[in-house]
Amino acid sequence: MRYFLVIFILTSLGVFLIAGKQGDVSRKPPIEIFDDMVRQVKFRPQQPNRFFENERTSQLKVEGTVARGSAYEDSPVNTGKFGGGNTNFVSAIPIAVTGTLMTRGAERYAISCKVCHGALGDGNGVTKKFGMGVVGNLLDPVIVKQPDGQIFNTITHGRNLMNGYGANITIQDRWAIVAYVRALQRAQFATAADLPAELRK
Amino acid sequence: MSDVFPKWTNKLPLMVIVGGALVGGAMTMAVTHYVSPKYTRVGYQPIQPVSFSHAVHADQLGMDCRYCHNGVEKSWYSNVPSASTCMNCHNQVLKDDPRLALVRESYKTGKPIPWVQIHKLPDYVFFNHSVHVNRGVSCVECHGPVNKMDEVKHAKSLGMPFCLECHRDPEKRLRPLSEVYNLDWKAPEGTVPGEKFVHDWKVLPGDSCSVCHR
Repeated sequence: MRYFLVIFILTSLGVFLIAGKQGDVSRKPPIEIFDDMVRQVKFRPQQPNRFFENERTSQLKVEGTVARGSAYEDSPVNTGKFGGGNTNFVSAIPIAVTGTLMTRGAERYAISCKVCHGALGDGNGVTKKFGMGVVGNLLDPVIVKQPDGQIFNTITHGRNLMNGYGANITIQDRWAIVAYVRALQRAQFATAADLPAELRK
Repeated sequence: MSDVFPKWTNKLPLMVIVGGALVGGAMTMAVTHYVSPKYTRVGYQPIQPVSFSHAVHADQLGMDCRYCHNGVEKSWYSNVPSASTCMNCHNQVLKDDPRLALVRESYKTGKPIPWVQIHKLPDYVFFNHSVHVNRGVSCVECHGPVNKMDEVKHAKSLGMPFCLECHRDPEKRLRPLSEVYNLDWKAPEGTVPGEKFVHDWKVLPGDSCSVCHR
């Protein structure tokens, strides 16, 4: 009995020392026994895949093609320009500007623009402290005077050091952001005359 | 006449009972402790090819999760950002830092960065990110406080009991849609805001097999 107890305790201790406990940090991937159903022969997005030459499951679209449902027309909504050979920017947002669009714009601005351009749009985002050198001040009169289509175009394709966000933000959301940027500008240059009568003093 | 059985055999039944109980008990404990995703998956913290810190980006800079994971609201999977998303800032910030060499290379050549996936559900589970985040389930419920992690670690078990816990009782886990990406949000003391959302949004997660297994 004595030997049994000694062996039992040593074995238990050994298992515990080697296997550790729940939640221990491990650099090695989790063990999967009988993984045929768990990891099936199917493609998952953003996974490596040796079938293709570039070894990706998520393929980029072929040059010159249009993905189903994606915007391709040379229209003001899609490009911010008049289209049909006229490359001038449209002066007003070509979709209905509603309260919903404005709320959406505020939310999208906070996600994608605020880190650099700041909550006010003055170019004093948090990244400035970390070495972001040149950030456009959206309240600059030059930008205030730009047509809506040009701001849309800047969001889509970028400008100077700013990269384009066309791939990250949908067309509707880009227009929503334009609307919100306009609201920020208006708020900044508001005069007493913009207030409703009962708030004016 | 000598004894057929030596004296110690009198204790044999007791030894068998005690020994069996010890071995059986230890085996049960070991199986419940070790044969569970709480042991096999939780704590997985692989070394990533780029030492990206969620704590710096999400917590210190206050960036929204969706700046990078921009497909999460529309898609069943939450995408890893393309290198161009990193370069939106890192074309100026830490421009020549050796830690970002892979990102710059990927941006230039289009060669993907070999990020190591940490949270991996079995292929027979059809989890949809968009339906969860658009109905008030925050990232933190399944991924833990990623915004405090310098290196991402598998924080929750993501086993079936884990999913069912919430599917059977969603009130406690739902939050206002504006706070889904605010991982530090806590429900005001003594309130269960989820009750209202379950009613208003008609949240019926379901707990039958076909909800997640198709």
